[in-house]
Amino acid sequence: MRGALRSTGDWVATHPVAAFLIFFAIFPFLVPYRALATQVLIFGLFALGFNLLYGYTGLLSFGHAAYYGLGAYGAGILLAKLHVASIWAALGAGLCLAGLGGAVIGFFCLRRRGIYFAMLTLAFAQLLYFIGFHLADWTGGDDGLRGIPQLKLGFPGFAVRLESPIAFYYFCFVLVGLAVAILKRILDSPFGTVLQAIRENSDRAVACGYDINRVKLLSFVFSAMFAGLAGALDALRLTVVPIESLYWTTSGQVVMMTLLGGAGTFFGPFVGAATYLVLEDRLSAFTESWPLVIGAIFSAFVLFLPRGIWGTLIGGFHGRQSA
Amino acid sequence: MPDITASALAAQVFTGLVLGMIFVLLAIGLSLIFGLMTVVNFAHGSLYMLGAYFGVFLFGYTKDFWISLVVAPLMVGTLGLCIERFLIRRLYGRSPDDPLLLTFGLSLIIVEAARMIWGKIGLTLDPPRALGGAVNLGFMNFPAYRLFVIVITIGVLIGLWLFLERTNVGLIIRAGSRDPLMVRALGIDLSRIWLLVFGIGTALAGLAGILAGPMRGVYAEMGVTMVIESFVVIVVGGMGSLVGAVVAGLLMGQVVGLTTFFAPKLAEIMVFITMAVVLLVRPSGLFGEAGLLE
Repeated sequence: MRGALRSTGDWVATHPVAAFLIFFAIFPFLVPYRALATQVLIFGLFALGFNLLYGYTGLLSFGHAAYYGLGAYGAGILLAKLHVASIWAALGAGLCLAGLGGAVIGFFCLRRRGIYFAMLTLAFAQLLYFIGFHLADWTGGDDGLRGIPQLKLGFPGFAVRLESPIAFYYFCFVLVGLAVAILKRILDSPFGTVLQAIRENSDRAVACGYDINRVKLLSFVFSAMFAGLAGALDALRLTVVPIESLYWTTSGQVVMMTLLGGAGTFFGPFVGAATYLVLEDRLSAFTESWPLVIGAIFSAFVLFLPRGIWGTLIGGFHGRQSA
Repeated sequence: MPDITASALAAQVFTGLVLGMIFVLLAIGLSLIFGLMTVVNFAHGSLYMLGAYFGVFLFGYTKDFWISLVVAPLMVGTLGLCIERFLIRRLYGRSPDDPLLLTFGLSLIIVEAARMIWGKIGLTLDPPRALGGAVNLGFMNFPAYRLFVIVITIGVLIGLWLFLERTNVGLIIRAGSRDPLMVRALGIDLSRIWLLVFGIGTALAGLAGILAGPMRGVYAEMGVTMVIESFVVIVVGGMGSLVGAVVAGLLMGQVVGLTTFFAPKLAEIMVFITMAVVLLVRPSGLFGEAGLLE
């Protein structure tokens, strides 16, 4: 029994993408309702993007709502305001806007290191929130962006309807699976190795001759694009973009999800997203004050279980070393 | 464009000055804690909010604003002591991100607890009757309570400066933020100093909260944007620099005050744009030393 468990564990560790695909192919049939499964995929993708920056590069962003929100508004504005009737174009717009936002904000935030970086990312995300709030003609302001149409997914020659929750789930499944494969490719590349070198000891990475500012900025942009894709998918799922997408609470959510699951682990973001969403779902059923419970659980994790759930199971990264 | 009269502009400058004083009280506490302990206290805004609620609570019991004004910050400071002693202290030696993450979790707990205890609807805190009127400054009338906020903040700053510059404990605090290893090598128990500084910093947040209460209302979310704007203040001033916190706090008060006057919609946005400009021109902040505590 233990031998079988161990060999399964080894197989998962060596074939993470295949393991992801197998598990999430049957996942909607393991949860009480399909919508939760889709949410886990989308927020897992969001956390995956955050994790690339925090877990693998060692940079704590407290402003990832910015890129999630840019992705959501990028897709939403194209569909609802510019009336472009293509899901592919909407996803592309979300990705580009998030990537662009990541490049500009990353440039500013990476001027400072360490704990300043976290505060700067938070401040710039708030800046975007206030801009989104006041640009009501484009974003819907306080009411959120409404009127995103439910389109068919167009392919050359045919189109797929996405109205049913299960169809939408598998649409997300394919895209998130692709993102997971890309992440794996990034982490296995020499670039990915440099990221982890920066996390472990950035001075030494500099001494080895790496231009770490360029590498960090690229990691920031990749991370923002993953978050942006998650935002764009969520806009399609909800057919509305609430202004809270850009608010700091959304940034806090992805931080909590990633840490609950395990920062710097491959599956941690998905484990964390599932844990957070199930907790929220169960707790809000019987108390209005569920954020208090989640806050307490999160604080306890920071204090006693900094590797998170998945990280504790397999042993992962637990925070950048001081200095 | 509103009518730009000299006295309306002057009133706005004074309003900005009062807001700046609240920023200074918050930022100087954050900066003091950061300078000595490299801890960024995300719960600072929640403690600011608690200061205001404690003020309302105490006022309800004692019917005396002055007692509330003294006791509420002490209560917040005591809570701050407990947070440092029993929670944050466990994280020393780990990544500097960890205290930020922990205090983020704590801020969720505190805000939600305040909603449970005092309800979701905001409360009001009346200024004391003696300060209810307006003072004629010669060129305009200005609410007496707001002048009082300016005076008391200046008083607290002078007191803090004397404490840091003229007492032995202040000397240890200044030395500890320069070179903690050396201070320890001299046989000084820094953990007690950390506790004290965390208590002072959080008490200042509580004071800012009860002072802001009569002007801005008392509600559970009042600290959320304030803490983010205070982060901006200390980034602009230079992290760990107390002079920087004062100058940048007053500057941000004016930025908000004057933008509210000329273009109300841009008020919050200008705070962050000022930060971006300072970062481009002086990445380490107005009074920060490059590379300090990074």
